[in-house]
Amino acid sequence: MGILDKHKVLEKNATLLLIGSLAVVTVGGIVEIAPLFYLENTIEDVEGMRPYSPLELAGREIYIREGCYVCHSQMIRPMRDEYERYGHYSLAAESQYDHPFQWGSKRTGPDLARVGGRYSNEWHVDHLVNPQSVVPESVMPKYSFLMNRPLESTYIGDLMSTHALVGVPYTEEMLESAQADFAVQVNPDGDWDGLLERYPNAVVANFDGQPELTEMDALIAYLQMLGTLVDFSTFTPDESR
Amino acid sequence: MSTRNDKQDVETTGHSWDGIEEFNNPLPRWWVWIFYATIVWGIWYTIAYPAWPGLKEATAGYLGFSTRERVANEIATVDAANAEMVAALESVDLTTIADNADMNSFATKMGAAVFKSNCSQCHGSGAAGAVGYPNLLDDDWLWGGRIEEIAFTVTHGIRNEQSMSTRGYGGVMPAFADSLSHEDIDSVVNYVLQISGQEADAALATAGETVFLDNCVACHGEDAKGSLATTRSFEDPADLIADGEMLGAPNLTDAIWLYGGSADALTATITNGRGNVMPAWSEEFRGTSGLTQAEINAVAAYVHQLGGGQ
Repeated sequence: MGILDKHKVLEKNATLLLIGSLAVVTVGGIVEIAPLFYLENTIEDVEGMRPYSPLELAGREIYIREGCYVCHSQMIRPMRDEYERYGHYSLAAESQYDHPFQWGSKRTGPDLARVGGRYSNEWHVDHLVNPQSVVPESVMPKYSFLMNRPLESTYIGDLMSTHALVGVPYTEEMLESAQADFAVQVNPDGDWDGLLERYPNAVVANFDGQPELTEMDALIAYLQMLGTLVDFSTFTPDESR
Repeated sequence: MSTRNDKQDVETTGHSWDGIEEFNNPLPRWWVWIFYATIVWGIWYTIAYPAWPGLKEATAGYLGFSTRERVANEIATVDAANAEMVAALESVDLTTIADNADMNSFATKMGAAVFKSNCSQCHGSGAAGAVGYPNLLDDDWLWGGRIEEIAFTVTHGIRNEQSMSTRGYGGVMPAFADSLSHEDIDSVVNYVLQISGQEADAALATAGETVFLDNCVACHGEDAKGSLATTRSFEDPADLIADGEMLGAPNLTDAIWLYGGSADALTATITNGRGNVMPAWSEEFRGTSGLTQAEINAVAAYVHQLGGGQ
C-alpha cells in the first residue's frame, strides 16, 4: 500500500493535518479563483462605466446600511424571463466599481440592477415613505425616516479615497471637488456642468422635494443611476462566455 | 462472544480503541462504480463545457456552450414565433383590434405582460391606481379613454418634456398660494365640496362660486365637469390629441378623486398645485429600455379593455 499507509502520520499530528489541508485548499484557490484576476474575458471593457458620483456613493452606503440587498438582488441572469422583466442581463463590468458588490442572493422584492430611470423621483419618495401606498401587496418596510435625516458631506472625501485605495479610478480632481459635487447634485439650479463632466449621465434633481439634503436624496440618486451607464446599442457580447 | 469476524474473514483496519477494533469492509460495489463514473463524468464535463483557465481565456469546451448564446437564441426563437403577430400589431388600426379575435387575444395577453412589468408599480397590478396615480378601471379619463388616446399617453407620458412638446401644453394644476387668500381658498374648497355632493358650508360655497368662476373655469369648465367633457364633440381622434383642447383637468362634480376629495386634500391641491408626471415609454424617448410600437399598441389594447375604455 505504500504511501496510503502513512495517513496515520497526518491524522496523529494536528498541525501537519492543518498544513496539509491548507495546501489542498490553496490548489483549489489557484485553479478556481486566481485565473479570474487575469483572464481577459472575465470583465469585458464596456463603454460608459464610471465611478459613482459622491451623492450616489453616499446613497449606496445607505442602501448597504439598510440591508436592501437582503431582499433585492442587483444581478439580472442571462435567461429570457429575466430579460423580459428586467432588461439586458448584467455584465461583470457593471459592478466593477462596487466594493462590496450588491448582487444579492434572494429576491423578496424585484431585482434592482436596472431600476434607474424606470420610475419618477416622486414615485421613489412615495414608495420609500410608504411602499403600500403604491404597491398594496408589497411587504417592504417603510423608510419614511430617511426624509428626516439630513446628510452631511463631511466624510464623503474620505470614503472616496478609501474606494480609490481598492482600485476605483477616482481622480485627484474628483476627490478635490467631492464636497461641491455632493451638494450640487440635488440642486438643479446650481452649476452642475462640472459634475456631469466628471460623472456623465448623473441625474441632477431635488430628489425628495425638500429644501435640505437628506438621506432620501442620496438613496434615490443611487437608485436612479442603477444600470443606466452602459449603452447596450454599442455593446457586443464576448462570445466565449 | 460471537462476532462477524469469527464467521467471515474480514481484515481490520488495525486501529484499536480500548480493545474495540474497526472492520475494513469493502464499500458496496454499486457505490464504488458510481463513484468512478462520476469521476469520468467530471473529466468529460470539463472538456465539454467552458472550464480550464489558460493564459488569456478559459477553454471554451467542445460543445461550444455559452449562456449568452443560449439566452440570445431563446429570445430569437420566441421573437420569430411571434414575429407575424407582432408585425401585424405594430401597424394595426387600433380601433379594429377588438373585432379580430386572434389579434385581440394576442394583444391583450402581450399587453398584460407589458403592463405588469412597466405600469403596475404606479397604477397597481390590478390597474386600480393609488392616491396620485390614476385608476385605469373606471370611466374617468383625464387624457382620453379611447384606445388611440391611451396609446398616445403611453408613448408620450404626461406633463414631461415629450408630452409638453407634442401636446403643446402641460396640464399642470398651478399653486394658488400666492394669488388667492386663505379665505378665498377656503370658500372655493367649500364650493367644490358642494358641487361634488359633499357636506359644505353654504355661505362659503356661495362666495366660492365667484372665486371658482374667476380662477378655475379656464381648465375645469363653467360646469366644473373637466376639460374632457368640452372636447368630446371632436370625432377625429388625431385632432383631439394635437390641437390642445385636452387640458387634463378633472371633473369636479363626481366622487372620483385623484388626490383625495376631502376638505384637507382639496385645500392642499389648491394651495400647492398638482403636477404628477408619467414618463414617456416609447423607445424613441427611452432608448432600449423603452417600449416598441407593438408593445405600446398591446398595452393600450389591454388597458382599453380593462373596463373603462371608451
